[in-house]
Amino acid sequence: MSVKVLIPTPLQKFTKDQAAIECDGGTITELLDSLEQNFPGIKARLCDDQGELRRFVNFYVNSEDIRFLDGKQTSLSEGDEVSIVPAVAGG
Amino acid sequence: MTQAIQAPTQSAVSSGATFTALKCKECGTEYELKATHVCEFCFGPLEVTYDYSKLSQTVTRETIQAGPNSIWRYRPFLPVETNTPIDLGTGMTPLVQANRLARRLGLKRLFIKNDAVNMPTLSFKDRVVSVALTRARELGFSTVSCASTGNLANSTAAIAAHAGLDCCVFIPADLEAGKILGTLIYGPTVMAVQGNYDQVNRLCCEVANSHGWGFVNINLRPYYSEGSKTLGYEVAEQLGWQLPDHIVAPLASGSLFGKIYKGFQEFIKVGLVDEKAVRFSGAQAEGCSPIAQAFREGRDFVTPVKPNTIAKSIAIGNPADGVYAVDIARKTNGNIESVTDAEIIDGIKLLAETEGIFTETAGGTTIAVLKKLVEAGKIDPEETTVTYITGNGLKTQEAVQGYIGEPLTIEPKLDSFERALERSHTLGRLEWQQVLV
Repeated sequence: MSVKVLIPTPLQKFTKDQAAIECDGGTITELLDSLEQNFPGIKARLCDDQGELRRFVNFYVNSEDIRFLDGKQTSLSEGDEVSIVPAVAGG
Repeated sequence: MTQAIQAPTQSAVSSGATFTALKCKECGTEYELKATHVCEFCFGPLEVTYDYSKLSQTVTRETIQAGPNSIWRYRPFLPVETNTPIDLGTGMTPLVQANRLARRLGLKRLFIKNDAVNMPTLSFKDRVVSVALTRARELGFSTVSCASTGNLANSTAAIAAHAGLDCCVFIPADLEAGKILGTLIYGPTVMAVQGNYDQVNRLCCEVANSHGWGFVNINLRPYYSEGSKTLGYEVAEQLGWQLPDHIVAPLASGSLFGKIYKGFQEFIKVGLVDEKAVRFSGAQAEGCSPIAQAFREGRDFVTPVKPNTIAKSIAIGNPADGVYAVDIARKTNGNIESVTDAEIIDGIKLLAETEGIFTETAGGTTIAVLKKLVEAGKIDPEETTVTYITGNGLKTQEAVQGYIGEPLTIEPKLDSFERALERSHTLGRLEWQQVLV
């Protein structure tokens, strides 16, 4: 299952400055493992010691926050776009 | 009021700079003072740190009072190097003693910090944008941008125009007409995104990854958000160098709340005011109240929601600083409450009718929450309470249309006037009777 992953600037040093990459995974959990295989060290930036997503990291699948879907178990389909976005201020 | 901006011949007055680094609020990792906002290790937000011993030695009440009548009187507490910041007269808005509203609510000493008349675009956002764009210029950006619920777009476009910076702003497509017009007039590129603010924000993060622009609330966020501290400083100075007992402020991302708190703490730290425990209470609209829900349920995390409220300027379903706002309300013995859209409209009317201040929906939310907290006994009538009004009602006229009556149309004749006057009195009495019933 190949999906497109948008990488935020703070993590682009892991991806050789690429802002978008192709990666495999049937769920977000699987995608995280696959990212780690391809770009060692990246998972520890996204997840805490218990393996949970850090609280200031947002994951979106096709523009929808995974907290409105099935969280880390959200399933992915061929061609989906996954966006990793740090929390930002606003208004 | 507008003062010409001189070429920044002394753009880096490092010897006078009082800010020292960017530091992660979560893990404490420090970073250089560049355009970056997220910790590379834990994704926590970065915050500006200062040399407080230097501030204690160089800043006094007198040096502040001798400064400009704008936020830049507090320049040593703001993260810019230049001696010639972008100054459109932003800040030093009135702190109004609200006696009629206080009597109506049953409070003894209530003040309104009125940023509905902030310059140049009539919201508190002019504070943060003045700081962000001054810093953007120092960091060498020629294009600035933002994701906005309206007020920030107005402010970024206006101040960019004044500073001669290119500007591209992103807003949800369904914003109030006044907020769209109030951005377009300054000539920026406006992207109206078919989605809610949280979707606009996400898109902007993706754009920021690939375009070298200065996004005021993304890669410039650590500098930008510091501008809100001036809402704390000004209230302290305007109360005669004292802190209030209780403040009530609107919560959108939660950033403003934390920066007012930081402002008070910094003034205590450098000896400008006496130490005092100030209670912090926050206001949200029920149709977008993720922070109020987390507070109510005793959680230390905020679950995002899909906004559905007329209070669009504070309709952030995924608030970045929500957990910090919850923390501050708890540790200061404050509260976070939410109110319905109907209560928000009543709040706008109540402030207008008692104090002559026309605020937008965020202000209506804050006044309605103030009322709710007083009625629930959560604000002591003896407390000196300051309520922050952060935006202007002329920008969100749609919200109150249909709730404020119509003019009485008359012929240019005396008897027509007399008949209409009699009718208006009768209408008034009927309304009064309805209220009593």
